[in-house]
Amino acid sequence: MNADWDVTTLLEGMVRDLRPRVDPEQTAMIGIFTGGVWIAQALHRALGLKTALGQLDISFYRDDFSQIGLHPQVRASDIPFAVDGRSIILVDDVLYTGRTIRAAMNEIFDYGRPASILLAVLVDRGGHEVPVAADIAALRLNGAAGGQIKLRGPDPLRLELLTSPRTAS
Amino acid sequence: MSLSTFRFGDGNPQYDAQGRLRHLLNTEGLREPEMLQILDTAESFLSIAQRSVKKTPTLRGKTIVNLFFENSTRTRSTFELAAKRLSADVLNIAVSTSSTSKGESLIDTVDNLMAMQVDGFVIRHPEAGAAHLIARHLGDSALVINAGDGQHAHPTQALLDVFTIRRLAGPIEDRVVAIVGDVLHSRVARSQIHALSILGCPEIRVIGPQTLVPKELSALGVHVYHDLQAGLRGVDVICALRLQKERMESHRLPSLDEFHRRFGLTPERLQWAQPDALVLHPGPMNRGVEIASEVADGHQAVILQQVAHGLAVRMAVLTLLAGAAGGGENHA
Repeated sequence: MNADWDVTTLLEGMVRDLRPRVDPEQTAMIGIFTGGVWIAQALHRALGLKTALGQLDISFYRDDFSQIGLHPQVRASDIPFAVDGRSIILVDDVLYTGRTIRAAMNEIFDYGRPASILLAVLVDRGGHEVPVAADIAALRLNGAAGGQIKLRGPDPLRLELLTSPRTAS
Repeated sequence: MSLSTFRFGDGNPQYDAQGRLRHLLNTEGLREPEMLQILDTAESFLSIAQRSVKKTPTLRGKTIVNLFFENSTRTRSTFELAAKRLSADVLNIAVSTSSTSKGESLIDTVDNLMAMQVDGFVIRHPEAGAAHLIARHLGDSALVINAGDGQHAHPTQALLDVFTIRRLAGPIEDRVVAIVGDVLHSRVARSQIHALSILGCPEIRVIGPQTLVPKELSALGVHVYHDLQAGLRGVDVICALRLQKERMESHRLPSLDEFHRRFGLTPERLQWAQPDALVLHPGPMNRGVEIASEVADGHQAVILQQVAHGLAVRMAVLTLLAGAAGGGENHA
């Protein structure tokens, strides 16, 4: 396992990047199940945000629902604050195609009209299929890793490469 | 699709050959994983009703037909709202305006609607087996949900009842549940018994007059009581049934008053059950017959929660079946 992929170190970097962009009294945070919630919990704690953490399960908003059906375990989305006018940090573990983020934003807008959404991810592995970009990413792989990256957790959190990467030429 | 070529898994027309739940016709024969998946998914849909936009895009572009050959307010409107909250288009067809009154057969009606590229049917019909007939006819070309067929089954009502018990009374595996009233004519009772036993309810009781409780129920492992006091002792959940006055032509009861005196739920009689036992009723209620107003409006009754739960459960059923239609897995 690549030593650069130590999740604790990556999280520290995210906190450093986020701190100047949040107001702990006002800014809210939402994690996307499952890995995004783990990351969001750590960030939320480290940044000392006062608003309770929100959690999203985007199963009902997936654009491939009619092809792949319902996820076997859907959890309830829970946004315990008023979304209208709020600055929100949306957190996920791995940004890949961007479709999850699109679905998550659609769901957030069904709760209200936020003032802004900032996307923070642990890993941006490239390969985006829609125009979604992370504002903050602890690790940017630009598609070079090839294989599927998965965050294991919740305790301890560690990144795992599930399939072997294509040999970089 | 011809009937002779289509083969469903295990001869249970609710499942396809790959074991996916394609239709919801009855709680009998429903497997526990799918039942739990419906209940768990319904938990997620429950919170959507609290949002400013009470919709998800899940069934966008799909068309669901409510085909009702019997009157219904609650079931039809919650199915309609469930489909609409999932962003499906809904077509409501009631028998009084349909061409079956001009002699068109049920299958012809369905075929005509299928020619309009609809994706699913929610059907209520006075004949037992009507939804089965349509599901066998359609195979995997559209989803079919039984919203009540004769005295046979009403699976979504039973699912919303077990969902209500699970949420408000705790784990079904250690709750004693009594179903009270006109069991003989009740499709709700039959579906409740199957749902409760699949979820591991340790003791299911049925309480009612001898003329309104079928004898073969004991074979299902159900405990039969003809005395309300004995039957309610130690019970955690009471499922009242509507007395089907319109089905009472065969003189099975001396009078409604007599029924109320022996089996009507009153505040005094509730005390025979566990303190704070839940009281469920599928509606519409005959106040003063199977249930006294003081009970129906009292703190132990969860009848309006049942309606809210029914919406979430029906959204979950539609989602699960529609998801399987795209080739997706719906195994828990």
